[in-house]
Amino acid sequence: MPSYLEEYLPLVIFMGVAGFLAAALLIAPFVLAFKAPDTEKLSAYECGFNAFDDARMKFDVRFYLVSLLFIIFDLEVAFLFPWAVAFKDVGLFGFWSMILFLGVLTIGFIYEWRKGALEWD
Amino acid sequence: MNVAAVFFYLFSAIMLASAFMVIAAKNPVHSVLFLILAFVNASGLFLLMGAEFLAMILVVVYVGAVAVLFLFVVMMLDVDFAELKQGFLQYLPLGSVIGIVVAIELLLVMVGFTQSDAALGAGASPIQANVSNTEALGLVLYTKYVYLFQASGLVLLTAMIGAIVLTLRHKPDVKRQVIADQNARTRADAIEIKKAPSRAGV
Repeated sequence: MPSYLEEYLPLVIFMGVAGFLAAALLIAPFVLAFKAPDTEKLSAYECGFNAFDDARMKFDVRFYLVSLLFIIFDLEVAFLFPWAVAFKDVGLFGFWSMILFLGVLTIGFIYEWRKGALEWD
Repeated sequence: MNVAAVFFYLFSAIMLASAFMVIAAKNPVHSVLFLILAFVNASGLFLLMGAEFLAMILVVVYVGAVAVLFLFVVMMLDVDFAELKQGFLQYLPLGSVIGIVVAIELLLVMVGFTQSDAALGAGASPIQANVSNTEALGLVLYTKYVYLFQASGLVLLTAMIGAIVLTLRHKPDVKRQVIADQNARTRADAIEIKKAPSRAGV
């Protein structure tokens, strides 16, 4: 086994504890809780009304725009991490290639700002 | 058995099962959730291969952002799946013929795949023992592969502009806050004092 994988042991333990806790909280009510099922408990309250519609309604397309812009800047930041780690070794060329990359995306950012894509209405 | 092998089989098995459930689940939202599970397990497989940076980026970008995007798209489309399944039997023969053709093509590609000796040497960068995965990426990405790096920047720019052009619709009669205008207001142009004579009204 490669040595770096040993550093992930805390993560494995964390996932194990999280999975165990989630499973325990999910299963315990089935075993322990007091149960008296009744159809009236699930029906609408006497002066209420039944649901009109499916809960999965259509979303506005604006949510899509927000999440897509988020992904693009997310990726931009993802490119910054290896650059920052290897900053001392990539030299001046690596520095300016990243500045050019950021400049290209800043053009997009200015476009987006001027078009008002960051505004909700 | 080796611990890494145990984890490899665990991740692969869960990933294959959830990938199958992506296409088998009736509810499209469940499909997206299974897709997220497949992404998480793929990131575990990347980790086992030593691609630590890629594994973490897979979690951050795919699980964190792309999955949300897929959920929005699924919610936005509002596809009636009962209606879609109407012509299922009618299209079954043609669909299965196309499926078999694609499967045979994929199989031929996989069987006939060979790597030339030139490509073997050209593609890979030698792995240095004392350099972490993220640093090894950073050493080549911004210098050796600078054109691909800049091309990815242009792809991101295209995606940004494309998304704005396609989906941005401003409502025509919405008043927006303009902070500069607010700050430029003075007392003189904001209020007006009128002398109202007593018992006469304005």
